[in-house]
Amino acid sequence: MTDAALPPPPSAAGRAAARAAAGKRLKRRHAAEARFRAYGLGAIALAIGFLAILLAGVIQQGLPAFRTNTISLPVYVDPAKVDARDPQGANYDLMIAEQLLNRLHVENDDLGENALRAKDLLSPDMGFQVLDAVKRDPSLIGRTLTIAAPIGGNADLYYKGELGREIAEADRKLDDAQLDWLDRLKADGLVTEGFNTRLFTHADSTQPELAGLLGAIVGSALMLLVTALVAAPAGVLAAVYLEEFAPRNRLTNFIEVNINNLAAVPSIVYGMLGLAVFINWLQFPRSAPITGGVVLALLVLPTIIIATRSALKAVPPSIREGALAVGASPTQAVFHHVLPPATPGIMTGVILALAHALGETAPLLMIGMVSFTTSVPEGFTSAATVLPVQIFIWENAAERAFHERTGAAILVLLAFMVVMNLAAILLRRRFERRW
Amino acid sequence: MTEISPRRFLRQGPDMETSIAPPAPVAAHHGPVGAAKIEARNVNVFYGPKQALFDVNLDMADRSVTALIGPSGCGKSTFLRCLNRMNDTIPTARVEGAIRMDGENINDRGVDPVLLRARVGMVFQKPNPFPKSIFENVAYGARIHGLASSKSEMEGLVEQALRRAGLWAEVADRLHQPGTGLSGGQQQRLVIARAIAVEPEVILMDEPCSALDPIATARIEDLIDELRAQYCIVIVTHSMAQAARVSQRTAFFHLGRLVEDGATEEIFTNPRDTRTHDYITGRFG
Repeated sequence: MTDAALPPPPSAAGRAAARAAAGKRLKRRHAAEARFRAYGLGAIALAIGFLAILLAGVIQQGLPAFRTNTISLPVYVDPAKVDARDPQGANYDLMIAEQLLNRLHVENDDLGENALRAKDLLSPDMGFQVLDAVKRDPSLIGRTLTIAAPIGGNADLYYKGELGREIAEADRKLDDAQLDWLDRLKADGLVTEGFNTRLFTHADSTQPELAGLLGAIVGSALMLLVTALVAAPAGVLAAVYLEEFAPRNRLTNFIEVNINNLAAVPSIVYGMLGLAVFINWLQFPRSAPITGGVVLALLVLPTIIIATRSALKAVPPSIREGALAVGASPTQAVFHHVLPPATPGIMTGVILALAHALGETAPLLMIGMVSFTTSVPEGFTSAATVLPVQIFIWENAAERAFHERTGAAILVLLAFMVVMNLAAILLRRRFERRW
Repeated sequence: MTEISPRRFLRQGPDMETSIAPPAPVAAHHGPVGAAKIEARNVNVFYGPKQALFDVNLDMADRSVTALIGPSGCGKSTFLRCLNRMNDTIPTARVEGAIRMDGENINDRGVDPVLLRARVGMVFQKPNPFPKSIFENVAYGARIHGLASSKSEMEGLVEQALRRAGLWAEVADRLHQPGTGLSGGQQQRLVIARAIAVEPEVILMDEPCSALDPIATARIEDLIDELRAQYCIVIVTHSMAQAARVSQRTAFFHLGRLVEDGATEEIFTNPRDTRTHDYITGRFG
């Protein structure tokens, strides 16, 4: 410590000038601080605003689809039209439509146009129900049944106020006469509005009023199960090996770089890989949950490996050393002491990766999962569709009534995502609370 | 740089490379010092291309405390970690030379480091209890080595280890609470109990009190003094006062070399090397 090198102390005037300059600088610094905070708040407000617009749009579009109108009609199974030996051959829809016209006291014209217009209001499900009943019990021919079924898609839209007389008659699917008939049916108490359970109990259909999401939900569940069973063990074990056991050399560095790069590969490329390798070469079934699940497993594998490695990295090395120092083998140290505290992080990573897989569409288009599937998939190899692909299919459909169902399907998908993310958070909390 | 100082205690036969030490004569004026438990001969350690230890020769006596002192980065911790082959876990580390424990070279290919570490326990600078219950912390080592065959036997073993570590009275009523919930000094004694439960012959301590307050430090030092009766203890410390208090023998490391070793009293009152003198009088370090 030498005092000789120190400059002489500043004069009083010099100090005052320095203080004034410092005050000015301080003002600028405060202004910069305030500006930066404003930018941050602005960015957050922008993000929340867009999210709100998106959600509001989807909810506004999709919410009406959760309500639907059901019509309940007495149907006389006319022996003149239904042959007991060939129940399949009868035109039930037309028979029901003609009876509906009678009920409304409307004359059918020579070409049967009015009957066809009445048929437009009803769902083909009515005819199917009568056919099924007759096939089960031919003695019903000549008797009257009461059949309840969803009303036709366009009629449903009219009841829900989405298609009304304010639209020019030529621009809408239902003409003024049909709307009058619908009003009279409602007034007669034949039509009731209720929750659209069909949306969750049936698979897809060409008729919007009959279409449901069950096929897609089951398809998504089966596919995610395959993804989880393939990707979670493979990803976690790969990460444990790379992080805890692998030597650090050029090969492992190369593998590490590649894993990080694979996480950024466009997902459609995985679809092409699935098409080339799993379907063409390994002869996996097309548009089946097992194929989609394996392709998505490859897609999320890098994510799981990266998440697991960072969870393992977060365990302090002193725990490993402590275990090794009491004579645990490296494997025991990892499985007894490193993996348990890392489990919440690993599980969070796996669940978030699966949520990503749940929302993935592009690779599935490549392996034929854009299938129109009217049955609920029975197993891992049966043809199936999944939620995001169902949204894609419905959005492309021409009928106006599919539009609101697209919104409903998006809401259902979002609900599943929220549930999975919540599960990730809860699992993490639960496990962390133990210590 | 400098000659390895002659070992005046634990003197063995002239052929030190091959003979297994007979019980060494105990130096009368330095309290009870056992036979050499560990003999290090020409130990060189490299981290990649960098050499961290140069030709270290040191004997560590049974039932006695050997303190390793020296400025930061002098290689004392590296040397300590050679004694239970913890350096094996560092991919770039390479150890040369012989370290004999009861005459057997622990660096031999046939020696399993996992079994070695059951015989040579270690306590680290920062208390590192497992994120499990107090009971599990102590029972873990005994369990993986199959030291207890029944639940009651394990309970007895855990109690005994905690008693010997002087922790039993404080934790007896909360054995199943997390070990990480204890105070720093209690955690360090828990870690010592964890090491004792495996029934080691040697206990290595790497600056065990550097993260503790003076009261906790005093308790650990008392504990070391008690444990000395049963174990060969090697302790790395930055505190000269601690080395003087707890050890019977002291070895001074500087720049990767063992400068001087001898009876603690001798080193602190009458060092032969000027570097030792400068270090213990606070000139550097």
